[in-house]
Amino acid sequence: MQNFTQAFALAFDLMLSADADLLEIIGLSLRVSLMAMAISTLIGLPIGAAIGMSRFRGRGVSIILLNALMGLPPVVVGLGVYLLLSRAGPMGWMGLLYTPTAMIIAQSILITPIIAALSRQVIEDLHNEYAEQFRSLCVSPRTAIAALLWDARYGLLTVALAGFGRAVAEVGAVIIVGGNIEHLTRVMTTAIALETSKGDLALALALGIVLLSIALLVNAAVMGLRMTATRFSYA
Amino acid sequence: MLDGAQTFDGNVTGVEVEKATPALLPCEVKGLCYKAGENQLIDGIDLKLTAGPVTMIMGPNGAGKTLLVRLLHGMIEPASGQVSWGGRPLDLATRKRQAMVFQTPVLLRRSVTANIDFVLKLHDGPKRQTAEEILHMAGLDDKASQPARLLSGGERQRLAIARALATNPDVLFLDEPTASLDPASTLAIENIVSQARDRGTKIIFITHDVGQARRLGDEVIFMHHGRVLEQVPAKSFFDSPSSTQAQDYLAGRIVL
Ligand SMILES: Nc1ncnc2c1ncn2[C@@H]1O[C@H](COP(=O)(O)OP(=O)(O)OP(=O)(O)O)[C@@H](O)[C@H]1O
Ligand SMILES: [Mg+2]
Repeated sequence: MQNFTQAFALAFDLMLSADADLLEIIGLSLRVSLMAMAISTLIGLPIGAAIGMSRFRGRGVSIILLNALMGLPPVVVGLGVYLLLSRAGPMGWMGLLYTPTAMIIAQSILITPIIAALSRQVIEDLHNEYAEQFRSLCVSPRTAIAALLWDARYGLLTVALAGFGRAVAEVGAVIIVGGNIEHLTRVMTTAIALETSKGDLALALALGIVLLSIALLVNAAVMGLRMTATRFSYA
Repeated sequence: MLDGAQTFDGNVTGVEVEKATPALLPCEVKGLCYKAGENQLIDGIDLKLTAGPVTMIMGPNGAGKTLLVRLLHGMIEPASGQVSWGGRPLDLATRKRQAMVFQTPVLLRRSVTANIDFVLKLHDGPKRQTAEEILHMAGLDDKASQPARLLSGGERQRLAIARALATNPDVLFLDEPTASLDPASTLAIENIVSQARDRGTKIIFITHDVGQARRLGDEVIFMHHGRVLEQVPAKSFFDSPSSTQAQDYLAGRIVL
């Protein structure tokens, strides 16, 4: 086992020398989680907007359900996707298990409810604010949706970033469906888990620092968005 | 027939549009009721609003003024009774020719100009005014690019009225638009409203401000407990109100 200071020194070495393995792992992490964020936004945002703007029977139940799904345990999602994609599973013929695509699917399932639930809240708040005025102006549903999405854009961007933050830091789902295969499905979180258990603290630490920086960056971006929006009073 | 009869002279459409548009007034209200649970909030109102006079709606808090205006504008559905405009029911085409300024204005989270542009784009057809002209009328030229939500209370109300007038409505409802404004802002808004009246817009204006009602109003509708107690010329309302409730209201006594 390396000693602690040595591990830190090595970690910074890896980062400063832009180690190829390190970059590959970071690159895949970003690719998988950004794709998952994009897919989840495409699915979750319309769901959130629809629930946020409409009144229908069972609306309350669907909101509770959506909020509950925000807390889906990643390992359970991983297990479910594993069962779907494993050779014996209904989608086994596609041969997706242990590929980045499987990881994107798992993370998308994990964060779609988060994006749907949070954007539901954002859209609903703005809808409540605008509804009377829109009714008075006889605004068509299409124009109303477009206006709500546009005027809520800062809030919705924050929602997407929150989804990305959750996806990139998650380990349970990607390790089950990705398998942490070197040069193929190894992402930051799974590499940290593996290298730590193997005792290679340097790589784990380097990745940990990068992951932490990404988390900080995402939060700074969220804060920046919020401040811009309030400063210009568009939120 | 003239040779050039088929040549487009750019002038015909305007005339035809005027002719094709049926009058929105008079507005006739028959047996109008609105309930929330067991409460009869609007209790059998009959009235007629004609083109021309500025109609002020007055009455104590909770009398049902806001509800009546919301019913007239089709914002809410009555429990029973009818509202008709120009002999036709309150359909979408009718509602599109009306505009309303709410007690607390709702501004879009956009710039001042973008708030005007939004309504200008809603209704197609010839636009008689540009956003700049409308903002100029409201005295908001120098605020054009500012976010609407940073405006002061008086500026917000002016923007809300300017936005309501942007589509050249035939009817404009105003719900206490000057309730929390200083005298100068109040006068500015009254001026905007007078100009709209001069251009032929029917004004229906809720207020508690007696001076304002005297300045602007041609007739007064006095409401109490969901009923219309008086609909009379403004002068006779202020000089000799017939109902004891209106006498109490004007004297600043609690209206029972
Ligand atoms: N949706 C509703 N459900 C229950 N009660 C309501 C509802 N809307 C209005 N009311 C009640 O109806 C009455 C009339 O309300 P309205 O807003 O028309 O009063 P108003 O004459 O405009 O008063 P103000 O001068 O204070 O604005 C009030 O007592 C109010 O509490
Ligand atoms: Mg009111």
